[in-house]
Amino acid sequence: MFKIFEPSKIFLITSKAPKYVMVLFAVVFTIGLLEALIFSPEDYKQSHSVRIMYVHVPAAWISLGIFSSITFLSLSGYIFKNKNFFLIAKSLAPSGFVFNIVALVTGSIWGKPTWGTWWAWDARITSMLILALFYLMYLVAWRIYENKEHVLKITTIITILGIINVPIIKYSVNWWNTLHQPASINVLSKSSIHSSMLFPLLIMTAAFALFSLLIFLMKYNTELIKIKNKGLDRL
Amino acid sequence: MISEFIKMNGYGLYVWSAFSFTLLSFTTLYLITKIQYVREKNKFVSKFGALDSKRAKVARLQTINREILSSSQSI
Repeated sequence: MFKIFEPSKIFLITSKAPKYVMVLFAVVFTIGLLEALIFSPEDYKQSHSVRIMYVHVPAAWISLGIFSSITFLSLSGYIFKNKNFFLIAKSLAPSGFVFNIVALVTGSIWGKPTWGTWWAWDARITSMLILALFYLMYLVAWRIYENKEHVLKITTIITILGIINVPIIKYSVNWWNTLHQPASINVLSKSSIHSSMLFPLLIMTAAFALFSLLIFLMKYNTELIKIKNKGLDRL
Repeated sequence: MISEFIKMNGYGLYVWSAFSFTLLSFTTLYLITKIQYVREKNKFVSKFGALDSKRAKVARLQTINREILSSSQSI
């Protein structure tokens, strides 16, 4: 059923793709930086500090997206008995974790001029910190467990527990009174952000997505070569 | 004008540190991932080189092994 997911077929693409993705990322990221730092207007309330949004928001979106994908892939790996799904999930985790840290740190930097504090234990920030801990647990589990069946079970449990936190992060600003502002961009209703700010935000999101794809490809190739190294030992 | 751009109405320190932290994180993640990739690939090439001709022939039958060897110069 999942012959398309056979490592040998995937490796034919993933071994060649990083250089093209790298070039595309460099182009999109350069345009994104120019838009974010020079061409986009300053905010009437937050002035130039609003520019932090162009790194903070895409990082948060992508870290949430990657964690959801990891959970979906881990569950699919169990349901369809396909170990390659776990390998893809494992390869996605490092970039998801880094994006989560970037979202937390840039959010903290943005908080100082906006709220007057580097950190507040409010619902959105705390739930993002909890997501970073789930990422950390997931990555550590792959490092410490030697038994393969054991690690697949443990990492899947971590992702199932962690995914409960994802809707909490999304709706925390609606459910509780928090320092964090409500979402300015809505897929189903009209967004409150002006197009002059939305455009750079989308460009930066595309750049961040390309970077996570680049890291995923390199990490996935590394994992496949690791397996092949073990295979050579058994010959 | 450049000074205004750097100062950003007094918010320059916050904006530049947020962008610098992002770039630093990206560079670190990229370098770590690349080092791990190159290390595993070199390990594979040296292990493959140490195989006798019979085992090397068997190993070469696998598409991935051939791809790893042929792409040892890429990235």
